[in-house]
Amino acid sequence: MRTAIFPAKFDQLDAIREFAAQAARDAGMDDSAIYAVELSMDEACSNVIEHAYEGIEGGEIECTCDSDEKNLTIIIHDHGKSFDPSSIALPDLDSDLESRPLGGLGVFFMKKSMDELRFESLGEEGNVLTMVKYRRITPKKDGLPINY
Amino acid sequence: MEISSQQFKRCDLLKVKGKVDSFTAPDLIKAIEALNNENHFKIILDLSELEYMSSAGFRALLLGLRNCKRFNRGEMVLASVPKKVMDALELTGFKPLFKIFDEITPAVGNF
Repeated sequence: MRTAIFPAKFDQLDAIREFAAQAARDAGMDDSAIYAVELSMDEACSNVIEHAYEGIEGGEIECTCDSDEKNLTIIIHDHGKSFDPSSIALPDLDSDLESRPLGGLGVFFMKKSMDELRFESLGEEGNVLTMVKYRRITPKKDGLPINY
Repeated sequence: MEISSQQFKRCDLLKVKGKVDSFTAPDLIKAIEALNNENHFKIILDLSELEYMSSAGFRALLLGLRNCKRFNRGEMVLASVPKKVMDALELTGFKPLFKIFDEITPAVGNF
């Protein structure tokens, strides 16, 4: 298990992504899964910075990565305002150019990239977001992976 | 992220290199708006050296496309889209909104 604390600023996103990517690499995940983990971490922390810490200076984001034989679990804890990503409407993916809303894409990417997403508001203690990526099994048949 | 631009006879080429996220996406929007402010609305985004794009980048693409296409004054097209970004374009339903080219030359020819 590894934990890191990052200042809640957009210029930290590179470091935040790398922290998650390294955890995914060490867990033996493939490139596709690593990208999915990086993206979800980015989107989750961007939402924390933009919404949980809106108007608040000096906030921090505590990130924990833990893996076992089944999956990689990432926990993101902030001390900002209560913000529930599941309250954000999923984007309309069919509307025309002018009507297409700009919001909701971040949460959409997270839902598509991770296998489990759980949010908990701790009131004054902030928010905890838990994301889980399952390890994919790649059984081989005749030397070719048949499921990934 | 680095953005470089090249002007052609009938369009402008913006090359986006590196990562587009919530920190760098505003710079992409500014680069597109800078062209729009000079009445340049025919733009090619060269994504051949794009390493990563989050939803902030997708929002920038959408805003850029809207600005360019408004009043039929132009268009913003994508060239050399990396596979991961193409997958995300499909997933989000963005793909039908954009003209996408494998390479720069046919993109320039589009204008």
